[in-house]
Amino acid sequence: MRLTDHEKAMLDGSEGPAVAAAMDLLVRYGEALDAGGLCDIRNVAGTMTQPSPAKAKLVAEGGWDKAFAVINLDSDADLDIPDMRIPTCQLQQGFGSDADGVAPYPRQFVELQEDAESFYGRKGVNILATCTPYQVGNLPVRGEHVAWMESSAVIYANSVLGARTNCEGTASTGAASLTGKIPCWGNHLPENRYGTHLIDVEVPVRDFLDWGMLGYFAGDLVQEERPVITGDIGIPELADLKHFGAAAASSGGVELYHIPGITPEAATPGDAFGARPVSEAVGYGPRERRRMYETLNSQGNKSDVDFILLGCPHASIDQVCRAAKALEGRQLNSGTQLWMMVPRALKAIADRSGYTEIIESAGGKLLADSCPAMSRSAPEGTTVFATDSAKQAHYLPAILGIEAWFGTLEDCVNAAITGRWTGELR
Amino acid sequence: MTIVLSGRKVVPGVVEGEALVSHETISGWGGIDPAKGTIIERRHELFGVCFTGKILVFPGAKGSSGWSGFFQTTRLMGTAPLGMIFTVITTKAALGAVVTRVPAVTDLDRDPVAVINTGDWVRIDADRGLVEVKEHA
Repeated sequence: MRLTDHEKAMLDGSEGPAVAAAMDLLVRYGEALDAGGLCDIRNVAGTMTQPSPAKAKLVAEGGWDKAFAVINLDSDADLDIPDMRIPTCQLQQGFGSDADGVAPYPRQFVELQEDAESFYGRKGVNILATCTPYQVGNLPVRGEHVAWMESSAVIYANSVLGARTNCEGTASTGAASLTGKIPCWGNHLPENRYGTHLIDVEVPVRDFLDWGMLGYFAGDLVQEERPVITGDIGIPELADLKHFGAAAASSGGVELYHIPGITPEAATPGDAFGARPVSEAVGYGPRERRRMYETLNSQGNKSDVDFILLGCPHASIDQVCRAAKALEGRQLNSGTQLWMMVPRALKAIADRSGYTEIIESAGGKLLADSCPAMSRSAPEGTTVFATDSAKQAHYLPAILGIEAWFGTLEDCVNAAITGRWTGELR
Repeated sequence: MTIVLSGRKVVPGVVEGEALVSHETISGWGGIDPAKGTIIERRHELFGVCFTGKILVFPGAKGSSGWSGFFQTTRLMGTAPLGMIFTVITTKAALGAVVTRVPAVTDLDRDPVAVINTGDWVRIDADRGLVEVKEHA
Protein backbone atom coordinates (compact mmCIF):
# COMPACT_ATOMS: atom_id res chain seq x y z
CA MET A 1 0.00 0.00 0.00
CA ARG A 2 1.36 3.41 -0.94
CA LEU A 3 1.61 5.92 1.93
CA THR A 4 2.25 9.64 1.64
CA ASP A 5 5.24 11.11 3.46
CA HIS A 6 2.89 12.45 6.13
CA GLU A 7 1.27 9.03 6.57
CA LYS A 8 4.68 7.36 6.82
CA ALA A 9 5.73 9.89 9.44
CA MET A 10 2.57 9.24 11.45
CA LEU A 11 3.24 5.49 11.22
CA ASP A 12 6.79 6.12 12.46
CA GLY A 13 5.57 8.02 15.50
CA SER A 14 5.97 11.68 14.52
CA GLU A 15 2.61 12.45 16.10
CA GLY A 16 2.87 10.21 19.12
CA PRO A 17 2.40 6.53 19.85
CA ALA A 18 -1.42 6.49 19.69
CA VAL A 19 -1.44 7.98 16.18
CA ALA A 20 1.30 5.51 15.21
CA ALA A 21 -0.81 2.62 16.53
CA ALA A 22 -3.80 3.96 14.60
CA MET A 23 -1.71 4.08 11.41
CA ASP A 24 -0.44 0.56 12.08
CA LEU A 25 -4.01 -0.73 12.25
CA LEU A 26 -4.98 1.18 9.10
CA VAL A 27 -1.98 -0.28 7.23
CA ARG A 28 -2.77 -3.85 8.38
CA TYR A 29 -6.39 -3.30 7.41
CA GLY A 30 -5.57 -1.63 4.08
CA GLU A 31 -3.23 -4.49 3.19
CA ALA A 32 -5.90 -7.03 4.13
CA LEU A 33 -8.18 -5.28 1.64
CA ASP A 34 -5.43 -4.96 -0.97
CA ALA A 35 -6.13 -1.20 -1.03
CA GLY A 36 -3.84 1.08 -3.00
CA GLY A 37 -3.66 3.74 -0.29
CA LEU A 38 -5.61 5.80 2.23
CA CYS A 39 -8.23 8.57 1.72
CA ASP A 40 -8.49 11.78 3.71
CA ILE A 41 -11.69 11.96 5.72
CA ARG A 42 -13.22 14.49 8.11
CA ASN A 43 -16.23 12.68 9.56
CA VAL A 44 -16.31 9.55 11.71
CA ALA A 45 -19.33 7.79 13.20
CA GLY A 46 -18.24 4.93 15.42
CA THR A 47 -18.81 2.93 18.56
CA MET A 48 -16.70 3.79 21.59
CA THR A 49 -18.84 4.17 24.71
CA GLN A 50 -20.93 0.97 24.32
CA PRO A 51 -20.41 -1.02 27.53
CA SER A 52 -19.41 -4.69 27.45
CA PRO A 53 -17.85 -7.20 29.86
CA ALA A 54 -14.63 -7.14 27.83
CA LYS A 55 -14.48 -3.34 28.06
CA ALA A 56 -15.24 -3.33 31.80
CA LYS A 57 -12.27 -5.66 32.30
CA LEU A 58 -9.95 -3.45 30.24
CA VAL A 59 -11.05 -0.29 32.05
CA ALA A 60 -10.44 -1.97 35.40
CA GLU A 61 -6.95 -2.92 34.24
CA GLY A 62 -5.85 0.34 32.65
CA GLY A 63 -8.61 2.91 32.42
CA TRP A 64 -10.29 4.23 29.28
CA ASP A 65 -6.99 4.86 27.51
CA LYS A 66 -6.39 1.11 27.60
CA ALA A 67 -9.94 0.31 26.50
CA PHE A 68 -9.53 2.67 23.53
CA ALA A 69 -6.12 1.20 22.66
CA VAL A 70 -7.35 -2.40 22.66
CA ILE A 71 -10.90 -2.04 21.29
CA ASN A 72 -10.70 1.05 19.06
CA LEU A 73 -7.11 0.73 17.80
CA ASP A 74 -6.48 -3.03 18.18
CA SER A 75 -3.22 -2.20 19.97
CA ASP A 76 -1.77 -3.95 23.01
CA ALA A 77 0.54 -1.01 23.82
CA ASP A 78 0.03 1.25 26.81
CA LEU A 79 -1.10 4.46 25.09
CA ASP A 80 -2.25 7.93 26.13
CA ILE A 81 -5.17 8.73 23.84
CA PRO A 82 -5.02 12.25 22.36
CA ASP A 83 -8.02 14.34 21.27
CA MET A 84 -9.83 13.19 18.14
CA ARG A 85 -8.21 14.76 15.08
CA ILE A 86 -11.47 15.08 13.13
CA PRO A 87 -15.18 15.37 13.98
CA THR A 88 -16.31 12.06 15.47
CA CYS A 89 -19.65 10.99 16.85
CA GLN A 90 -20.74 8.13 19.06
CA LEU A 91 -23.42 5.91 17.54
CA GLN A 92 -26.00 4.06 19.63
CA GLN A 93 -24.82 2.52 22.88
CA GLY A 94 -26.30 0.99 26.04
CA PHE A 95 -29.28 2.31 27.99
CA GLY A 96 -28.80 5.40 30.16
CA SER A 97 -29.91 5.96 33.74
CA ASP A 98 -33.33 7.24 32.61
CA ALA A 99 -34.09 3.66 31.50
CA ASP A 100 -33.50 2.37 35.07
CA GLY A 101 -36.55 0.41 36.16
CA VAL A 102 -37.78 0.11 32.55
CA ALA A 103 -35.05 -1.82 30.75
CA PRO A 104 -33.55 -4.61 32.85
CA TYR A 105 -30.09 -3.39 31.97
CA PRO A 106 -27.20 -3.93 34.40
CA ARG A 107 -26.59 -0.95 36.66
CA GLN A 108 -22.83 -1.41 36.33
CA PHE A 109 -23.14 -0.95 32.55
CA VAL A 110 -25.09 2.29 33.01
CA GLU A 111 -22.30 3.56 35.27
CA LEU A 112 -19.56 2.31 32.93
CA GLN A 113 -21.23 4.10 30.05
CA GLU A 114 -21.59 7.38 31.96
CA ASP A 115 -17.90 7.16 32.77
CA ALA A 116 -17.17 6.43 29.10
CA GLU A 117 -19.21 9.42 27.94
CA SER A 118 -17.22 11.79 30.10
CA PHE A 119 -13.90 10.36 28.88
CA TYR A 120 -14.81 10.36 25.18
CA GLY A 121 -16.60 13.70 25.37
CA ARG A 122 -13.41 15.27 26.73
CA LYS A 123 -11.52 13.76 23.79
CA GLY A 124 -13.87 15.44 21.32
CA VAL A 125 -16.39 12.69 20.58
CA ASN A 126 -19.92 14.06 20.09
CA ILE A 127 -22.19 11.78 22.11
CA LEU A 128 -25.09 11.67 19.62
CA ALA A 129 -25.88 8.19 20.93
CA THR A 130 -27.94 7.13 17.94
CA CYS A 131 -27.73 4.69 15.05
CA THR A 132 -29.09 7.53 12.88
CA PRO A 133 -26.60 10.41 13.22
CA TYR A 134 -28.05 11.85 10.00
CA GLN A 135 -31.33 12.47 11.84
CA VAL A 136 -29.67 14.72 14.40
CA GLY A 137 -27.29 16.87 12.43
CA ASN A 138 -24.38 14.75 11.25
CA LEU A 139 -24.84 15.11 7.49
CA PRO A 140 -21.76 14.63 5.33
CA VAL A 141 -21.99 16.25 1.92
CA ARG A 142 -22.29 14.47 -1.42
CA GLY A 143 -18.97 13.01 -2.57
CA GLU A 144 -17.31 13.38 0.84
CA HIS A 145 -15.18 10.46 2.06
CA VAL A 146 -16.21 9.46 5.58
CA ALA A 147 -15.66 6.52 7.96
CA TRP A 148 -18.94 5.31 9.38
CA MET A 149 -20.02 2.09 10.96
CA GLU A 150 -23.54 0.80 11.77
CA SER A 151 -24.91 -0.94 8.70
CA SER A 152 -28.10 1.13 8.47
CA ALA A 153 -26.17 4.42 8.78
CA VAL A 154 -23.59 3.34 6.18
CA ILE A 155 -26.22 2.49 3.58
CA TYR A 156 -28.01 5.78 4.27
CA ALA A 157 -24.80 7.84 4.00
CA ASN A 158 -23.79 6.21 0.71
CA SER A 159 -27.18 6.01 -0.95
CA VAL A 160 -29.31 8.87 0.31
CA LEU A 161 -26.59 11.44 1.10
CA GLY A 162 -24.12 10.44 -1.62
CA ALA A 163 -21.20 10.44 0.84
CA ARG A 164 -18.62 7.67 0.43
CA THR A 165 -17.99 5.13 3.14
CA ASN A 166 -17.40 1.44 3.52
CA CYS A 167 -19.00 -0.44 6.36
CA GLU A 168 -16.32 0.33 8.91
CA GLY A 169 -15.80 -1.31 12.28
CA THR A 170 -14.91 -0.34 15.82
CA ALA A 171 -11.16 -0.46 15.31
CA SER A 172 -11.09 1.22 11.89
CA THR A 173 -13.29 4.12 13.04
CA GLY A 174 -11.16 4.57 16.16
CA ALA A 175 -8.02 4.69 14.04
CA ALA A 176 -9.73 7.04 11.57
CA SER A 177 -10.64 9.46 14.37
CA LEU A 178 -6.99 9.88 15.37
CA THR A 179 -5.59 10.12 11.82
CA GLY A 180 -8.28 11.47 9.47
CA LYS A 181 -7.53 8.48 7.20
CA ILE A 182 -9.27 5.31 6.03
CA PRO A 183 -8.34 2.74 3.34
CA CYS A 184 -9.35 4.03 -0.07
CA TRP A 185 -11.15 0.91 -1.23
CA GLY A 186 -14.62 -0.27 -2.18
CA ASN A 187 -17.26 2.41 -1.99
CA HIS A 188 -14.62 5.19 -1.95
CA LEU A 189 -13.83 4.44 -5.59
CA PRO A 190 -16.33 5.74 -8.18
CA GLU A 191 -16.18 2.57 -10.29
CA ASN A 192 -17.55 0.55 -7.35
CA ARG A 193 -20.61 2.75 -6.89
CA TYR A 194 -22.63 1.62 -9.89
CA GLY A 195 -25.67 -0.63 -9.62
CA THR A 196 -25.48 -4.38 -10.17
CA HIS A 197 -29.14 -5.51 -10.08
CA LEU A 198 -32.33 -3.85 -11.30
CA ILE A 199 -35.44 -4.45 -9.22
CA ASP A 200 -38.72 -3.41 -10.82
CA VAL A 201 -41.42 -2.82 -8.23
CA GLU A 202 -44.78 -4.06 -9.53
CA VAL A 203 -46.89 -3.64 -6.38
CA PRO A 204 -47.38 -0.16 -4.92
CA VAL A 205 -44.72 0.51 -2.27
CA ARG A 206 -45.82 3.58 -0.35
CA ASP A 207 -45.63 3.00 3.38
CA PHE A 208 -43.14 2.02 6.05
CA LEU A 209 -44.15 -1.67 6.11
CA ASP A 210 -43.76 -2.05 2.36
CA TRP A 211 -40.43 -0.23 2.25
CA GLY A 212 -39.11 -2.62 4.91
CA MET A 213 -40.26 -5.71 2.99
CA LEU A 214 -38.83 -4.34 -0.27
CA GLY A 215 -35.50 -3.74 1.49
CA TYR A 216 -35.52 -7.25 2.92
CA PHE A 217 -36.18 -8.61 -0.59
CA ALA A 218 -33.44 -6.46 -2.15
CA GLY A 219 -30.82 -7.50 0.43
CA ASP A 220 -31.69 -11.17 0.11
CA LEU A 221 -31.45 -10.91 -3.68
CA VAL A 222 -28.21 -8.97 -4.10
CA GLN A 223 -26.38 -9.91 -0.85
CA GLU A 224 -23.39 -7.54 -0.89
CA GLU A 225 -24.05 -5.93 -4.26
CA ARG A 226 -25.91 -2.79 -5.28
CA PRO A 227 -29.60 -2.81 -6.14
CA VAL A 228 -31.26 -0.21 -8.34
CA ILE A 229 -34.95 0.24 -7.57
CA THR A 230 -37.49 1.37 -10.17
CA GLY A 231 -41.24 1.04 -10.56
CA ASP A 232 -44.27 1.82 -8.45
CA ILE A 233 -42.62 3.45 -5.44
CA GLY A 234 -43.87 7.05 -5.16
CA ILE A 235 -41.62 9.44 -3.26
CA PRO A 236 -40.25 7.82 -0.11
CA GLU A 237 -39.87 9.67 3.19
CA LEU A 238 -36.69 9.72 5.27
CA ALA A 239 -38.17 7.02 7.52
CA ASP A 240 -38.99 4.81 4.51
CA LEU A 241 -35.43 5.00 3.18
CA LYS A 242 -34.03 4.44 6.67
CA HIS A 243 -36.17 1.29 7.04
CA PHE A 244 -35.47 0.09 3.48
CA GLY A 245 -31.72 0.40 3.99
CA ALA A 246 -31.70 -1.22 7.42
CA ALA A 247 -33.67 -4.18 6.06
CA ALA A 248 -31.41 -4.55 2.99
CA ALA A 249 -28.34 -4.48 5.24
CA SER A 250 -29.87 -7.20 7.47
CA SER A 251 -30.98 -9.78 4.90
CA GLY A 252 -27.84 -9.06 2.83
CA GLY A 253 -24.83 -6.82 3.21
CA VAL A 254 -26.02 -3.94 1.05
CA GLU A 255 -24.05 -0.72 1.56
CA LEU A 256 -25.25 1.27 -1.46
CA TYR A 257 -28.39 1.41 -3.60
CA HIS A 258 -29.81 3.76 -6.15
CA ILE A 259 -33.37 4.89 -6.72
CA PRO A 260 -33.20 6.79 -10.01
CA GLY A 261 -34.72 10.22 -9.65
CA ILE A 262 -34.62 10.08 -5.84
CA THR A 263 -31.09 9.27 -4.66
CA PRO A 264 -28.37 11.75 -5.69
CA GLU A 265 -26.01 9.68 -7.81
CA ALA A 266 -28.56 8.49 -10.36
CA ALA A 267 -31.10 10.59 -12.24
CA THR A 268 -31.91 7.61 -14.48
CA PRO A 269 -31.36 3.82 -14.44
CA GLY A 270 -28.65 4.44 -17.02
CA ASP A 271 -26.77 6.71 -14.57
CA ALA A 272 -27.16 4.09 -11.87
CA PHE A 273 -25.42 1.44 -13.98
CA GLY A 274 -22.81 3.76 -15.55
CA ALA A 275 -20.84 2.05 -18.27
CA ARG A 276 -22.26 -1.36 -17.31
CA PRO A 277 -25.29 -2.63 -19.21
CA VAL A 278 -28.56 -2.15 -17.34
CA SER A 279 -29.28 -5.60 -15.95
CA GLU A 280 -32.49 -7.48 -16.67
CA ALA A 281 -35.08 -6.48 -14.11
CA VAL A 282 -36.10 -8.77 -11.27
CA GLY A 283 -39.76 -8.21 -10.50
CA TYR A 284 -41.09 -7.44 -7.03
CA GLY A 285 -44.77 -8.27 -7.25
CA PRO A 286 -47.54 -9.59 -4.96
CA ARG A 287 -45.91 -13.04 -4.70
CA GLU A 288 -42.54 -11.64 -3.64
CA ARG A 289 -44.25 -9.24 -1.23
CA ARG A 290 -46.20 -12.11 0.35
CA ARG A 291 -43.04 -14.22 0.60
CA MET A 292 -41.16 -11.43 2.43
CA TYR A 293 -44.04 -10.95 4.86
CA GLU A 294 -44.12 -14.68 5.60
CA THR A 295 -40.35 -14.86 6.01
CA LEU A 296 -40.35 -11.96 8.45
CA ASN A 297 -43.20 -13.62 10.34
CA SER A 298 -41.69 -17.11 10.38
CA GLN A 299 -40.28 -16.62 13.88
CA GLY A 300 -43.63 -16.20 15.63
CA ASN A 301 -45.90 -18.99 16.89
CA LYS A 302 -47.73 -17.76 19.98
CA SER A 303 -50.25 -14.99 19.41
CA ASP A 304 -49.96 -13.62 22.98
CA VAL A 305 -47.52 -10.72 22.76
CA ASP A 306 -45.45 -9.47 25.72
CA PHE A 307 -43.52 -6.65 24.15
CA ILE A 308 -43.86 -4.15 21.30
CA LEU A 309 -40.79 -2.50 19.87
CA LEU A 310 -41.06 0.52 17.59
CA GLY A 311 -38.31 2.57 16.03
CA CYS A 312 -35.41 0.65 14.58
CA PRO A 313 -33.35 2.30 13.29
CA HIS A 314 -34.11 5.07 15.81
CA ALA A 315 -37.45 6.70 15.04
CA SER A 316 -37.83 9.99 13.24
CA ILE A 317 -39.88 12.67 14.97
CA ASP A 318 -42.67 11.98 12.45
CA GLN A 319 -42.71 8.32 13.45
CA VAL A 320 -42.95 9.35 17.12
CA CYS A 321 -45.82 11.67 16.23
CA ARG A 322 -47.65 8.85 14.40
CA ALA A 323 -47.15 6.46 17.32
CA ALA A 324 -48.51 9.07 19.72
CA LYS A 325 -51.60 9.55 17.53
CA ALA A 326 -52.16 5.77 17.38
CA LEU A 327 -51.86 5.47 21.18
CA GLU A 328 -53.78 8.59 22.17
CA GLY A 329 -56.54 7.88 24.69
CA ARG A 330 -55.80 4.12 24.74
CA GLN A 331 -54.26 1.88 27.40
CA LEU A 332 -51.77 -0.91 26.93
CA ASN A 333 -52.77 -4.40 27.97
CA SER A 334 -51.51 -5.10 31.49
CA GLY A 335 -49.23 -7.89 30.28
CA THR A 336 -47.73 -6.01 27.34
CA GLN A 337 -45.04 -3.35 27.26
CA LEU A 338 -44.25 -0.93 24.47
CA TRP A 339 -40.92 0.78 23.88
CA MET A 340 -40.18 3.25 21.13
CA MET A 341 -36.51 3.96 20.44
CA VAL A 342 -35.54 7.48 19.47
CA PRO A 343 -32.36 9.59 19.28
CA ARG A 344 -32.00 11.59 22.51
CA ALA A 345 -31.98 14.87 20.60
CA LEU A 346 -35.34 13.97 19.06
CA LYS A 347 -36.66 12.80 22.43
CA ALA A 348 -36.18 16.38 23.61
CA ILE A 349 -38.39 17.49 20.71
CA ALA A 350 -40.93 14.74 21.46
CA ASP A 351 -41.04 15.89 25.10
CA ARG A 352 -41.69 19.51 24.06
CA SER A 353 -44.26 18.48 21.47
CA GLY A 354 -46.27 16.48 24.01
CA TYR A 355 -45.77 13.15 22.22
CA THR A 356 -43.85 11.61 25.11
CA GLU A 357 -46.68 12.38 27.49
CA ILE A 358 -49.27 10.76 25.20
CA ILE A 359 -47.17 7.62 24.73
CA GLU A 360 -46.47 7.37 28.47
CA SER A 361 -50.11 7.97 29.41
CA ALA A 362 -50.99 4.93 27.33
CA GLY A 363 -48.35 2.95 29.26
CA GLY A 364 -45.59 3.06 26.64
CA LYS A 365 -42.03 4.34 26.96
CA LEU A 366 -39.96 6.55 24.73
CA LEU A 367 -36.35 5.45 25.25
CA ALA A 368 -33.12 6.92 23.91
CA ASP A 369 -29.48 5.99 23.26
CA SER A 370 -29.89 2.26 22.71
CA CYS A 371 -32.22 -0.54 21.62
CA PRO A 372 -32.99 -4.09 22.79
CA ALA A 373 -30.52 -5.50 20.28
CA MET A 374 -27.58 -3.28 21.29
CA SER A 375 -28.27 -3.67 25.00
CA ARG A 376 -29.61 -7.24 24.80
CA SER A 377 -32.38 -6.03 27.03
CA ALA A 378 -36.15 -6.47 26.71
CA PRO A 379 -38.83 -6.32 29.44
CA GLU A 380 -38.43 -9.13 31.99
CA GLY A 381 -40.11 -12.34 30.92
CA THR A 382 -40.56 -11.43 27.25
CA THR A 383 -41.11 -14.51 25.12
CA VAL A 384 -42.92 -12.96 22.14
CA PHE A 385 -42.43 -9.51 20.67
CA ALA A 386 -43.89 -7.56 17.78
CA THR A 387 -42.20 -4.84 15.79
CA ASP A 388 -42.61 -2.60 12.77
CA SER A 389 -38.89 -3.05 12.02
CA ALA A 390 -37.72 -5.68 9.56
CA LYS A 391 -34.24 -5.38 11.05
CA GLN A 392 -35.37 -6.15 14.61
CA ALA A 393 -37.60 -9.00 13.39
CA HIS A 394 -34.47 -10.39 11.73
CA TYR A 395 -32.01 -10.02 14.62
CA LEU A 396 -33.85 -10.06 17.93
CA PRO A 397 -35.00 -13.72 17.95
CA ALA A 398 -31.33 -14.76 17.75
CA ILE A 399 -30.04 -12.17 20.22
CA LEU A 400 -32.71 -12.62 22.90
CA GLY A 401 -34.13 -16.05 22.04
CA ILE A 402 -37.68 -14.73 21.65
CA GLU A 403 -40.40 -15.06 19.02
CA ALA A 404 -41.08 -12.22 16.59
CA TRP A 405 -44.04 -10.74 14.74
CA PHE A 406 -43.59 -8.11 12.05
CA GLY A 407 -46.28 -5.70 10.90
CA THR A 408 -47.48 -2.13 10.61
CA LEU A 409 -47.39 0.49 13.36
CA GLU A 410 -51.16 -0.02 13.71
CA ASP A 411 -50.82 -3.82 14.01
CA CYS A 412 -48.16 -3.29 16.67
CA VAL A 413 -50.23 -0.75 18.61
CA ASN A 414 -53.28 -3.04 18.44
CA ALA A 415 -51.18 -5.88 19.84
CA ALA A 416 -50.03 -3.58 22.63
CA ILE A 417 -53.64 -2.72 23.50
CA THR A 418 -55.09 -6.25 23.28
CA GLY A 419 -52.02 -8.32 24.13
CA ARG A 420 -52.64 -10.43 21.03
CA TRP A 421 -51.09 -10.42 17.58
CA THR A 422 -53.72 -10.15 14.83
CA GLY A 423 -51.55 -8.64 12.11
CA GLU A 424 -51.93 -9.80 8.55
CA LEU A 425 -50.80 -8.70 5.12
CA ARG A 426 -53.36 -6.37 3.60
CA MET B 1 -5.70 -36.67 -1.38
CA THR B 2 -4.30 -33.18 -0.88
CA ILE B 3 -5.66 -30.19 -2.77
CA VAL B 4 -3.78 -26.91 -2.90
CA LEU B 5 -5.57 -23.59 -3.38
CA SER B 6 -3.69 -20.44 -4.18
CA GLY B 7 -4.81 -16.95 -3.25
CA ARG B 8 -3.88 -13.87 -1.30
CA LYS B 9 -2.85 -13.10 2.27
CA VAL B 10 -5.32 -11.16 4.40
CA VAL B 11 -3.56 -11.67 7.73
CA PRO B 12 -0.05 -13.23 7.81
CA GLY B 13 0.88 -16.45 9.55
CA VAL B 14 0.80 -20.22 9.21
CA VAL B 15 -1.70 -22.45 10.98
CA GLU B 16 -3.30 -25.85 10.56
CA GLY B 17 -6.40 -27.48 11.91
CA GLU B 18 -9.83 -28.89 11.23
CA ALA B 19 -12.13 -27.05 8.86
CA LEU B 20 -15.59 -25.82 9.77
CA VAL B 21 -17.37 -24.86 6.56
CA SER B 22 -20.33 -22.51 6.35
CA HIS B 23 -22.07 -22.35 2.97
CA GLU B 24 -23.97 -19.30 4.14
CA THR B 25 -22.50 -15.88 4.94
CA ILE B 26 -22.03 -15.18 8.65
CA SER B 27 -23.28 -12.30 10.78
CA GLY B 28 -20.97 -11.13 13.56
CA TRP B 29 -23.13 -8.88 15.72
CA GLY B 30 -26.37 -10.75 16.28
CA GLY B 31 -25.02 -13.84 14.52
CA ILE B 32 -22.38 -15.14 16.93
CA ASP B 33 -21.98 -15.39 20.69
CA PRO B 34 -18.38 -14.31 21.29
CA ALA B 35 -18.36 -15.64 24.86
CA LYS B 36 -19.03 -19.18 23.61
CA GLY B 37 -17.66 -18.97 20.07
CA THR B 38 -20.91 -20.26 18.59
CA ILE B 39 -23.20 -19.30 15.71
CA ILE B 40 -26.51 -18.07 17.14
CA GLU B 41 -28.45 -16.98 14.04
CA ARG B 42 -31.47 -19.26 14.23
CA ARG B 43 -31.95 -19.95 10.56
CA HIS B 44 -28.22 -20.47 9.92
CA GLU B 45 -27.01 -23.90 8.82
CA LEU B 46 -24.45 -23.81 11.66
CA PHE B 47 -26.88 -22.67 14.37
CA GLY B 48 -25.45 -23.74 17.73
CA VAL B 49 -22.10 -24.87 16.27
CA CYS B 50 -18.83 -23.74 17.90
CA PHE B 51 -16.00 -22.39 15.73
CA THR B 52 -13.38 -22.03 18.48
CA GLY B 53 -10.09 -23.58 17.42
CA LYS B 54 -11.41 -24.40 13.93
CA ILE B 55 -10.39 -23.08 10.53
CA LEU B 56 -13.53 -21.16 9.63
CA VAL B 57 -14.31 -21.41 5.91
CA PHE B 58 -17.16 -19.17 4.76
CA PRO B 59 -18.40 -17.20 1.73
CA GLY B 60 -18.14 -13.84 3.49
CA ALA B 61 -19.49 -11.54 6.17
CA LYS B 62 -22.97 -10.08 6.30
CA GLY B 63 -25.02 -7.80 8.49
CA SER B 64 -23.89 -5.26 11.04
CA SER B 65 -20.56 -3.47 11.17
CA GLY B 66 -20.22 -4.94 14.64
CA TRP B 67 -18.75 -7.94 12.78
CA SER B 68 -15.13 -7.04 13.46
CA GLY B 69 -15.76 -6.03 17.07
CA PHE B 70 -17.51 -9.32 17.80
CA PHE B 71 -14.72 -11.38 16.25
CA GLN B 72 -12.13 -9.22 18.07
CA THR B 73 -14.00 -10.13 21.26
CA THR B 74 -13.59 -13.84 20.47
CA ARG B 75 -9.83 -13.23 20.58
CA LEU B 76 -10.09 -11.37 23.89
CA MET B 77 -12.27 -14.13 25.36
CA GLY B 78 -10.29 -17.05 23.98
CA THR B 79 -13.02 -18.38 21.70
CA ALA B 80 -11.56 -17.32 18.34
CA PRO B 81 -11.30 -19.54 15.30
CA LEU B 82 -7.80 -20.75 14.46
CA GLY B 83 -7.79 -19.27 10.97
CA MET B 84 -10.13 -17.86 8.36
CA ILE B 85 -10.64 -18.67 4.69
CA PHE B 86 -13.29 -16.72 2.86
CA THR B 87 -14.53 -16.24 -0.67
CA VAL B 88 -15.60 -12.61 -0.88
CA ILE B 89 -13.55 -9.87 0.73
CA THR B 90 -15.44 -7.02 2.37
CA THR B 91 -14.40 -4.47 4.97
CA LYS B 92 -16.19 -6.51 7.64
CA ALA B 93 -14.35 -9.75 6.86
CA ALA B 94 -10.99 -7.99 6.31
CA LEU B 95 -11.07 -5.92 9.48
CA GLY B 96 -12.60 -8.83 11.38
CA ALA B 97 -9.71 -11.11 10.40
CA VAL B 98 -7.16 -8.37 11.19
CA VAL B 99 -8.44 -7.79 14.72
CA THR B 100 -9.02 -11.52 15.37
CA ARG B 101 -5.31 -11.75 14.49
CA VAL B 102 -5.55 -15.22 12.96
CA PRO B 103 -3.97 -16.25 9.65
CA ALA B 104 -6.43 -15.54 6.88
CA VAL B 105 -6.59 -15.81 3.09
CA THR B 106 -9.00 -14.91 0.30
CA ASP B 107 -9.15 -14.50 -3.50
CA LEU B 108 -8.39 -18.22 -3.95
CA ASP B 109 -8.27 -19.80 -7.41
CA ARG B 110 -11.18 -22.09 -6.49
CA ASP B 111 -14.10 -21.31 -4.22
CA PRO B 112 -12.98 -22.62 -0.82
CA VAL B 113 -16.56 -23.18 0.33
CA ALA B 114 -17.12 -25.56 -2.58
CA VAL B 115 -13.76 -27.37 -2.25
CA ILE B 116 -13.37 -27.74 1.52
CA ASN B 117 -15.66 -29.86 3.70
CA THR B 118 -16.23 -29.67 7.42
CA GLY B 119 -13.80 -32.07 9.08
CA ASP B 120 -11.10 -31.74 6.41
CA TRP B 121 -7.61 -31.01 7.73
CA VAL B 122 -6.50 -27.61 6.42
CA ARG B 123 -3.16 -25.81 6.50
CA ILE B 124 -3.13 -22.06 5.82
CA ASP B 125 0.17 -20.53 4.77
CA ALA B 126 -1.10 -16.98 4.56
CA ASP B 127 2.32 -15.50 3.84
CA ARG B 128 2.43 -17.45 0.57
CA GLY B 129 -1.32 -17.26 0.01
CA LEU B 130 -1.66 -21.05 0.03
CA VAL B 131 -4.27 -23.41 1.47
CA GLU B 132 -3.60 -27.17 1.62
CA VAL B 133 -6.65 -29.36 2.13
CA LYS B 134 -6.42 -32.99 3.25
CA GLU B 135 -9.80 -34.58 2.77
CA HIS B 136 -11.37 -36.21 5.79
CA ALA B 137 -11.38 -40.00 5.24
